[in-house]
Amino acid sequence: MKWQAWRRELALAAIIVALVLMVGARAPVFLTSGNLLDILDESSILAILVVGEMFVLITRGVDLSVAANLALTGMVCALAGKAMPGLDTPALIALALACGAALGAINGLLITRFGLPAIVVTLGTMSAYRGAIFVASHGAWVSDQDIHPAIKGFPREHFLGLSALVWTALLVLVAAAVFLRWRREGRELYALGGNLVASFYVGIPLRRRFMLAYTLSGMLAGLAGLLWVGRYSIAFTELASGYELTVIAACVIGGVSINGGVGGVVGALLGVLFLGVVNGALPVARVSPFWQQAIAGAVILLSVIFNARAEKRAGRQILDPHAPVAGAPA
Amino acid sequence: MKAFDTWEKVLLALLALLVLAFGTTLPGFFSAGALADSSTNYSEKGLLALAMALLIIAGEIDLSIAATMALSSLAMGTAMQHGAGMTTMLLAALACGGACGALNGWLVTRLGLPSIVVTIGTLSLYRGIAQVTLGDQSIGGYPETLSTLGNGTIGDLVGAPGFIAPIELLVFAIVAIGVAVWAHATVWGRRLFATGANPIAARFSGIAVNRYRFWLFVFAGLMAAVAAVMLTGRIGSTRPNIASGWELDAVTIAILGGVAITGGRGSIVGVVLAAVLLGTFTFGLGMLNVAGIVMAMIVGVLLIVAMVLPRALAGLRRVTHKRAGVPAA
Repeated sequence: MKWQAWRRELALAAIIVALVLMVGARAPVFLTSGNLLDILDESSILAILVVGEMFVLITRGVDLSVAANLALTGMVCALAGKAMPGLDTPALIALALACGAALGAINGLLITRFGLPAIVVTLGTMSAYRGAIFVASHGAWVSDQDIHPAIKGFPREHFLGLSALVWTALLVLVAAAVFLRWRREGRELYALGGNLVASFYVGIPLRRRFMLAYTLSGMLAGLAGLLWVGRYSIAFTELASGYELTVIAACVIGGVSINGGVGGVVGALLGVLFLGVVNGALPVARVSPFWQQAIAGAVILLSVIFNARAEKRAGRQILDPHAPVAGAPA
Repeated sequence: MKAFDTWEKVLLALLALLVLAFGTTLPGFFSAGALADSSTNYSEKGLLALAMALLIIAGEIDLSIAATMALSSLAMGTAMQHGAGMTTMLLAALACGGACGALNGWLVTRLGLPSIVVTIGTLSLYRGIAQVTLGDQSIGGYPETLSTLGNGTIGDLVGAPGFIAPIELLVFAIVAIGVAVWAHATVWGRRLFATGANPIAARFSGIAVNRYRFWLFVFAGLMAAVAAVMLTGRIGSTRPNIASGWELDAVTIAILGGVAITGGRGSIVGVVLAAVLLGTFTFGLGMLNVAGIVMAMIVGVLLIVAMVLPRALAGLRRVTHKRAGVPAA
């Protein structure tokens, strides 16, 4: 009974391991620790973004502005670092968290105060934040020599063989897992994603929980922005443009339902690792990098089909009055 | 649902205000050439927005619509490279667009998947196929006829050199009128609104809900193909990244045009007005040398203001616990 709940995650983990071994058999260089650590580094930023997006998806919302938030916060940090060389790492991290959280809170305010649909609000703020980067930077790039040494240094530091990037992602993942599993607020996110009306009647403060989800999503996007700018030593307007779709893709592959109420940290992490392994394997397997997007698309489609089948088999729709019609052929 | 209601009047007033403001401050804005030029700014995106509006009214969305454009343009280019004539090229584009739409529709209706996830997936897939096929290359050398379709005027078409409205505008106008009549004056249109407002009730009253959804996706694919033909003709080449991000512009136009993202409500007249409004606005900003990214920012803010304003004005008293933010995904 217990392991069946993890069937999806186990299957995905098996696919990832099989994929790693298959690529490794063709090109042994893929299995070296250096390469695998590289893949982990690459996946860390995505993992942080995915956790934030997952909070929002669980509430049955969506946050399309994460990539724009990442880029704007990254630019703000880069400009602040350039203007104030005295800043240290904790101050920069605090700045990134605060800036990201503020941008996320704007989404949350628009959604809760005016009852607007999340997809449209975050579509709008996505463009607005992207434009704000241009306004803040006057369209100029902040390049390697102008990036604050603390921003560049942090992702490159190593503890116990893993980079600070990986440790940050692990910290976020563990905190998110604890929050969603054992904290009242975390459980309430599932409740209101599963059934909004019922959640209202049992007394969950809906507005505050929606605000929490969007603010957390923004905060983590901000953190990812600082790490991104540090890792690649550059900040510009089009940074991480279109990355929000990759984030949502990783969530969907990891079994976080776009219909709310379903999903967990382990699944989301596996979704991230799957994309990381596929992207890392393509150059090793001598496949043109142009295949990346097509493969990602095919994988998203296959995993939603798989998810839909799994949900049907589990029979969770039995008491849903919508079920007979949603499934009926027209 | 009235086709011309309060919101459409607001849009019309805004448009008049905008044209007046640009006309008085920008020298040359009121010339026939500039006005004709500005229409290419909204004709192609307008076609996408019309199809997107129908889908949103039905409670669906198609985020792969711009990627479908890239693939349709590629199909047309490939047909040309294999020695196809103009008619075959157009048919190739339309067939490709229709097939892309049909795949979306099949996944949504037959497998019962949410359209937003399906079309995010097919967005990557279609755009990815275009990238795999073209790599960093592009297809050029299109025949003169195609360029005329993208850049020519109605005057060229009928042999009256003074009439400089672009052919693109004519195509947009014809499709817009067709869609408006279909949605607001036929039984099919009524069924469309019924489907979006309450799909279950619609199904129980005998509407073939899924068949409507399927064909709307095919229609969106076909509109993407037509837009791709016009865009390819206008810029004269096919690249894997053409029209990237246009799906969001199409959604923005539909929402600004008063279509409810939750489905069941909207007016085609509003969508057309919103397309013209946004196109004219960005054209004017372009004349003022405003950077494209700043225009995108202004459009994003406008989108939010367009939604917040009516609610803030009408809902000051109604903001109670019932409206505690019910975001629909």
